[in-house]
Amino acid sequence: MEIRTTFHKKLREIQDEVLVMGSMVGKAITSSVKALKERDLDLAHQIISDDLKVNQKRFEIEEKCVELIATQQPMASDLRIIIAILNITTEIERIGDYAMGIARIVIMIGDEPPLKPLIDVPRMAEQTVDMLRRSLDAFINRDAEAVKKIAAEDDLVDNLYDQIFRELLVFMAENPKTITRATRLIWTAHNLERAADRVTNICERVVFIVTGKMEEIGASKY
Amino acid sequence: MKINSVLSNGKVVSQSKAKLKTEAVNLYYGSFQALRNISLEIPERAITAIIGPSGCGKSSFLRIFNRMNDLITGARVEGRVELDDINIYDKSIDVVELRKRVGMVFQKPNPFPMSVFENVAFGPRRHGKNNIGELEDIIERSLHQAALWDEVKDKLGQSALSLSGGQQQRLCIARVLAVEPEIILMDEPCSALDPMATLKIEELMRSLAENYTIVIVTHNMQQAARVSDMAAFLMMEEDRAGVLVEYGPTSELFTNPKDKRTEDYITGRFG
Repeated sequence: MEIRTTFHKKLREIQDEVLVMGSMVGKAITSSVKALKERDLDLAHQIISDDLKVNQKRFEIEEKCVELIATQQPMASDLRIIIAILNITTEIERIGDYAMGIARIVIMIGDEPPLKPLIDVPRMAEQTVDMLRRSLDAFINRDAEAVKKIAAEDDLVDNLYDQIFRELLVFMAENPKTITRATRLIWTAHNLERAADRVTNICERVVFIVTGKMEEIGASKY
Repeated sequence: MKINSVLSNGKVVSQSKAKLKTEAVNLYYGSFQALRNISLEIPERAITAIIGPSGCGKSSFLRIFNRMNDLITGARVEGRVELDDINIYDKSIDVVELRKRVGMVFQKPNPFPMSVFENVAFGPRRHGKNNIGELEDIIERSLHQAALWDEVKDKLGQSALSLSGGQQQRLCIARVLAVEPEIILMDEPCSALDPMATLKIEELMRSLAENYTIVIVTHNMQQAARVSDMAAFLMMEEDRAGVLVEYGPTSELFTNPKDKRTEDYITGRFG
């Protein structure tokens, strides 16, 4: 029979909010690449203003965690969950910042003609958002095995980044007039590469919840 | 004092009215002043905890609300104490009726040396209910509310003293609930119980707070933090009179107290 039902209900509510925050940020990443692809400046501005809501959500979650620690004296896995949430929300918030970074690049590019059709950048975004979503599912399900696989998929994102980097180097070498546009695309790819690294950090926190061990999994080459 | 905060159960206190109110209350035992100038409002259907070091007047303050201090020779209360805006120290107040509305649970479980059934039936019988069918209903309802029914339904005829300490304390809560009070005062209700029995009583308090106004005195700060919506910190001044240092939502008092003395007490720097 569960005894501390009130406390555990509150803890579940906070975890639900982490999922909401994760979905806000996943959407921001997807939208940022859509804005880049479609040169949608309105959407880019929208992403920047929505980032305030993400930051706000993060503070709300943190406050609730602090309150639970101060008032409920969480122990063992309950304590690890709350500590992990404090870290996970920081990671999600940073992923949100990367989406905002891409939105700023979109605004900088403005209506310049595209350098090339975007293929690998959307792939990177898709892979990153998928990893984020699955890492948060694993967080809810306390699935340490799943997160190890997800963290390993960071290599796919890194490989795409390498590919984009090499390709754009060729563009720049062949025609120095493309340097500005190519550099901006490299920045975009770099934001996505970092976002995926943040997902691996979330994965590490899930391992911590399940095993109590703090260990690095799937170290990124960057 | 204006109370406006969201309680842990999601209710907004400013919308729930003050059930109890003290205004500039002084309490004396003979020439000794035990409480000085205490003014606060206790919200309806919520849990308010009174914390503070030993001897600061927590229990004395709690006993003001059902006039238990009247039983102590030389005790005298100044100021106003209101229940639903009525001064309970007014001459017209029937103290027996007041204590029916304001029930109390004590530190040590104190069941009467009679059956489980008779313990819970005791109050209703005193208030004139003798129909056995009606009593059975009251007893089942009260034991359910006290989260004890499933454990004792097959032994209602057994002596209450055969129950465990935690069960005895929940029986005492059922006994209070049987007379349908509006307010439940709890004076360190878990200090004689083991940690699991304590958590059960705390969870029970949370469910009772849906329908009752609860005021709890506890020397266990962590318990106050876990269970209450509002918390009041009392401490002694140099002449040993208890004063109210800080009163506010529990979540604020335990994360960001306004008064340095509260901070020092809850962080263990004095007390």
